[in-house]
Amino acid sequence: MHELRTEQVLFWRNREAAFFTFFLPVIFFLVFGSIYGNSTITKEHLRAAPFLEAGMIGYGVASTAFAGLAITMVIRRESGVLKRVRATPLPPWTYLLAVLVSTFITFLVEAVLLIVLGRVLFSVAVPTRPLSLFVALVIGAGAFAAMGLGLTSVVRSAEGSSAVVNFVYLPMAIISGTFFTPKEYPTFLRVIADVLPLTYFTKLTRDVMVRHHHLWSESGSVGVVLLWGVVGIAAAIRGFRWQPRES
Amino acid sequence: MSAVSVTGLRKSYGAYEALRGIDFTIEPGEVFGLLGPNGAGKTTTVEILEGYRARNAGTVDVLGIDPQQSGSAWRERIGVMLQSSSLYPNLTPRESLQVFAGYYAKPRDVDEVVEIVGLAEKADDRVRTLSGGQKRRLDLALALVGDPELVFLDEPTTGFDPGARRTAWDTVRNLRALGKTILLTTHYLDEAEQLADRVAVLRDGVIVREGSPAELTGGIVETEIRFRRGGEDVVEHTKDATRRLHELTAEALARGEELEQLEVRRPTLEDVYLELTAE
Repeated sequence: MHELRTEQVLFWRNREAAFFTFFLPVIFFLVFGSIYGNSTITKEHLRAAPFLEAGMIGYGVASTAFAGLAITMVIRRESGVLKRVRATPLPPWTYLLAVLVSTFITFLVEAVLLIVLGRVLFSVAVPTRPLSLFVALVIGAGAFAAMGLGLTSVVRSAEGSSAVVNFVYLPMAIISGTFFTPKEYPTFLRVIADVLPLTYFTKLTRDVMVRHHHLWSESGSVGVVLLWGVVGIAAAIRGFRWQPRES
Repeated sequence: MSAVSVTGLRKSYGAYEALRGIDFTIEPGEVFGLLGPNGAGKTTTVEILEGYRARNAGTVDVLGIDPQQSGSAWRERIGVMLQSSSLYPNLTPRESLQVFAGYYAKPRDVDEVVEIVGLAEKADDRVRTLSGGQKRRLDLALALVGDPELVFLDEPTTGFDPGARRTAWDTVRNLRALGKTILLTTHYLDEAEQLADRVAVLRDGVIVREGSPAELTGGIVETEIRFRRGGEDVVEHTKDATRRLHELTAEALARGEELEQLEVRRPTLEDVYLELTAE
């Protein structure tokens, strides 16, 4: 608990990171919601606003649990903080768990904020399947956080961390259709989108939030997200380091 | 039982041999200085003792435990100050200490530690606004906050102004007075001379000399006698300074000469160090 509190303080104190990972999806939701929130997705006779809201929760998992976590952990590794923590009696697993739970709390606050803003500004109904949504958020945050920790192993310096992470996550967010449906994308982009985990997580949030499906009726999407989570865990176990590379 | 005991310690990075079989022991309550130029193997040695690095050969015993097999209970008893600052930039020193104090079963009082390292005035400013020396003092404070028996200080005063160095030295002396065991690495000879009960000089991964500062400076380098005669500088080195000085002054008196600018210098640890670490 002590460490969890520390992690939350650390996150909100770092204004650049809090803006980049937490507020950016909120801002995108406000901007794009104002632009095309009231237009209609003809195929399903859905308003765009709820569709976008669920998409921004997808964007949020990528920015908080994946990009934000990866950048933070690279900076802590390279500045020696992780190494220093290892010299204390705090078990490393406790430390990592606190980091992960704190990341999830941040993401959860963001999802709630998006839902509230959607209700107030764009008259989007509150999700009817809160339990399914909550479990979906847990699964998504866990999988993307695992991938984020895995990604830290390929970043060599604190200076390069934002560049590398943005290079991975921004195209992913766009190709996976967090802003627009990927169904109308050209074939080659759809092929890429079809393997990306964010495509399936966004599909999951939309199925649960917009189409009122139960989580367990979407086992295909859940499976793909979890599979990527396992890939992330494997990468993290292989490559996560507590110290800068020895020269 | 010794607090630290190292025998035949070897460490290689690829083909490069950083430590080529070193032995030393540190007794409880002792301040042990590891002295040497950059690349001599000081940090490698300390980080092996702290449990960060695996050794290639030799035995290492720190507080009765092999650091490679250490756990939380062992880490309760050690304090670590790494060579480079390792802090959260967006916390204040007081918060940083509270965070780390929370990792230990019996931490010291945070305000007291702030006071000890002389950071009281800056205790509530963000770490990123501190100077390099102030950050190092916080690193030192973090090494002490768990109230450890054994403290590792890797170049603790690098970047300090003279006043801050004196304060840090007093802190180390106070720790010693409390019965703590301290392993200190340093470039600074005066620091080792001032603080260490015993010093080991490390060069190219080998300990080239070990002993108390007084032992190291006694009998190794000869006493230097300098003066001017007939407009020329004369420098003599002798192991028998009393006799030689008597001869010189007797001669001078007999000839009615003055030994201008006469100077008799005892070797300092610096002379020993320079001699030992010279290529």
